[in-house]
Amino acid sequence: MIENNIVKINAAPNNRPLSYKKLNKQIHNMINFKHKKILLDDVCGQRFIAASLQGNLEIEINGLPGNDLGIFLDGPKIVINGNCEDQAGNTMNDGEIIVHGEGGDVIGLSARGGKIYIKKDVGYRVGIHIKEYENKFPVIVIGGTTKDFLGEYMAGGLIIVLGLKFLPDGKIIENPHTICGDELGTGIHRGKIILRTEEDLEDKLGIGAKVDKMTSETEKEIRPYIEEFCQTFEIPLEMLFEKPFKVIKPISKRPFGGNYIGTII
Amino acid sequence: MSISHSIAPYYKVMIERDSCKKCKRCTTHCSYGALSYNGERIIADNSKCVACQRCVIMCPAGAIHIIKNESFLPPHGNYTRRIRNAIWAQSGNGGVLLSAAGNDREIRSIFDDLLLDACQVTNPSIDPLRETIETKIFFGRKPSKIDFKRDTMNPNKICLKTEFMPNFEVDMPIMVGHMSLGSISYNAAMAIYQACKELNILAGSGEGGLHPDFYEFGSNIITEVASGRFGVDINYLHNAAGIEIKIGQGAKPGHGGHLPGEKVNSLISQTRMIPKGSDALSPYPHHDVYSIEDLAQLIAALKEATRYKVPIGVKIAAVHNSAPIAVGIVRGGADFLTLDGFRGGTGAAPRIIRDHAGIPIELAIAAVDERLRKENLRDEITLVAGGSIRYSADLIKAIALGADVAMCSMPVLIAMGCRVCQQCFRGLCSWGIATQQEYLVKRLDVDVARNRIINLFHSWNEELKEVLGAMGIDSVESLRSNRDRLRYIGPNPKIAEILGVKHAGE
Ligand code: SF4
Ligand code: SF4
Repeated sequence: MIENNIVKINAAPNNRPLSYKKLNKQIHNMINFKHKKILLDDVCGQRFIAASLQGNLEIEINGLPGNDLGIFLDGPKIVINGNCEDQAGNTMNDGEIIVHGEGGDVIGLSARGGKIYIKKDVGYRVGIHIKEYENKFPVIVIGGTTKDFLGEYMAGGLIIVLGLKFLPDGKIIENPHTICGDELGTGIHRGKIILRTEEDLEDKLGIGAKVDKMTSETEKEIRPYIEEFCQTFEIPLEMLFEKPFKVIKPISKRPFGGNYIGTII
Repeated sequence: MSISHSIAPYYKVMIERDSCKKCKRCTTHCSYGALSYNGERIIADNSKCVACQRCVIMCPAGAIHIIKNESFLPPHGNYTRRIRNAIWAQSGNGGVLLSAAGNDREIRSIFDDLLLDACQVTNPSIDPLRETIETKIFFGRKPSKIDFKRDTMNPNKICLKTEFMPNFEVDMPIMVGHMSLGSISYNAAMAIYQACKELNILAGSGEGGLHPDFYEFGSNIITEVASGRFGVDINYLHNAAGIEIKIGQGAKPGHGGHLPGEKVNSLISQTRMIPKGSDALSPYPHHDVYSIEDLAQLIAALKEATRYKVPIGVKIAAVHNSAPIAVGIVRGGADFLTLDGFRGGTGAAPRIIRDHAGIPIELAIAAVDERLRKENLRDEITLVAGGSIRYSADLIKAIALGADVAMCSMPVLIAMGCRVCQQCFRGLCSWGIATQQEYLVKRLDVDVARNRIINLFHSWNEELKEVLGAMGIDSVESLRSNRDRLRYIGPNPKIAEILGVKHAGE
């Protein structure tokens, strides 16, 4: 079905969900027909949606996409009108994943580029080992809070956590929960994690990470992403600056360099 | 460090003063800084010598000899020199001791305790010089049975119901193991890929990505997706004959990887897709794989990402419970399984793990082959086995124990000039193999190295044919898991029992 240049695929025709293979096959067919905007309705847990897709493409999803949404993604924009599960944006190279809800665990694992914006809370191990390279710079922005192991092994890019809570009536308040779990930034050796919080983060830090104050330079760096995030999810920008931002940075570029010796024995 | 705690040099550089022409060639060839010229004569710093033999070979007068320095320590059978040296090194500097190449402990080789069968009288042998003996194999997943169905349009027509998985042909059951650009030099990698293309056999990319210059060899390369996901993008996934999820490596089971920033020059940066000078740390596990179910998910994801065009496999280090893990991997959808034994090589690994973790590949092949057969899964997948396949005898025995393909790396390096000095992790390889320094890399002539690898594997394949002929077998596929053609002569009957091999004389 095509409306306003958007081609629709029902992921569960007659209430019977398609297998992920069939669903992806249909998406590939539409791309072969040169469609640039695809709407997926009734998605119910199918994994690997949009795996390794390239180019200028927009995919909108109604329903709940399964694990590894957009794995190896290389350019397209994916918008989810709801939540997403684990490993969205796994090893992503480029593109955007916009989630109008919550995210699962291990979001953006090893991403090298692209943007992942998640409106509400996410789970454990988010942003592990994201890395930057040349003009590739992965950015993950979380509107709510995160659990343990945020940004572990981080090798570049930017993670921003805003600590907001979105009430069912549309009101946005400060999230009463702690902004992140333990083992924050363990083994980080490049990149930054920005947390909007007044909490003392020292106890949560993992090995190799340190807390730093926000500088005007860093603020300038993150501002475009925050503005875009607020615009996307209709958050008043001013409210974000009512609380301080803290910056998590690597202590050194060689967190474990001194552990090894090469003496000839 | 006080003198009383310094470690006695392992080697001694002897220079025949009468023959030395003082050309100083040795001083430029020694990349470890052990040789210098003091204006009068060549002097040697024995503590820096690694016995790589570069000076010995390059000296025009044949004036250099490296000998073992035996004189220092009082002998002790239990506190060996190595154990004492390790204690001195660690009590001096602290830290985890690094090592490279494969486990160098003198542990009895099980391959060496196996003998091959040959035909006499009752079953005729085949002359490989006059009759065809096939060494080709098909790589990838195969259906264990083939189903047919009636065509929906034309009920009189019968068509295939079974869906076939991608398979490809290789001409020898040999694969060059995974060595990343970073652990080895550009020239070494180029020589390996060229040789493998020429021979139509497989080579592993290692976990450091694939440089665009090597894309043209993609149809002979298995690329690796490891926990660091270095260099993994669509080009990488699409320029491979197969893709392997690297869970473990024989030399360092359970360990991650660590390429220090100083080795990440622009070439490595381009290949791994990380900034120049930045450390490349591979996390210990894949953080999206904490269970067999997760692994099955990553296998499925890679199949989806490559549109089911290439085999997707998994590499694990040979460990105590390899057999049940292998079953999980095959049931999880892998098209091939790579087992890497405890003697497997490495560019850098903690000595403690290299020397003490994992199990011998012989036992792992037998255990995995046996278990897969019990579960009716063996014929579905290609089993690759490595972890010290030193020469064709090991290759033949590995196949008879149950492997489809034998994988090796060290013999390839030795063929190119490596002297097994085990200093690869220092990046100073004087032979231009395990180094990124331009002046050293240049020493490795790609054409010469390529031809030596081709010669080596041609010879191995001929030897394989000789053995197959002597056994009266006309295709290597019929040797696979054919353990009745092996006999054990070692000291431990339990080993023979696990291998499913009879004792010689039985
Ligand atoms: S290379 Fe041989 S001849 Fe030349 S200086 Fe060294 S030891 Fe003497
Ligand atoms: S590759 Fe080079 S450094 Fe490594 S063992 Fe061989 S000769 Fe030594």
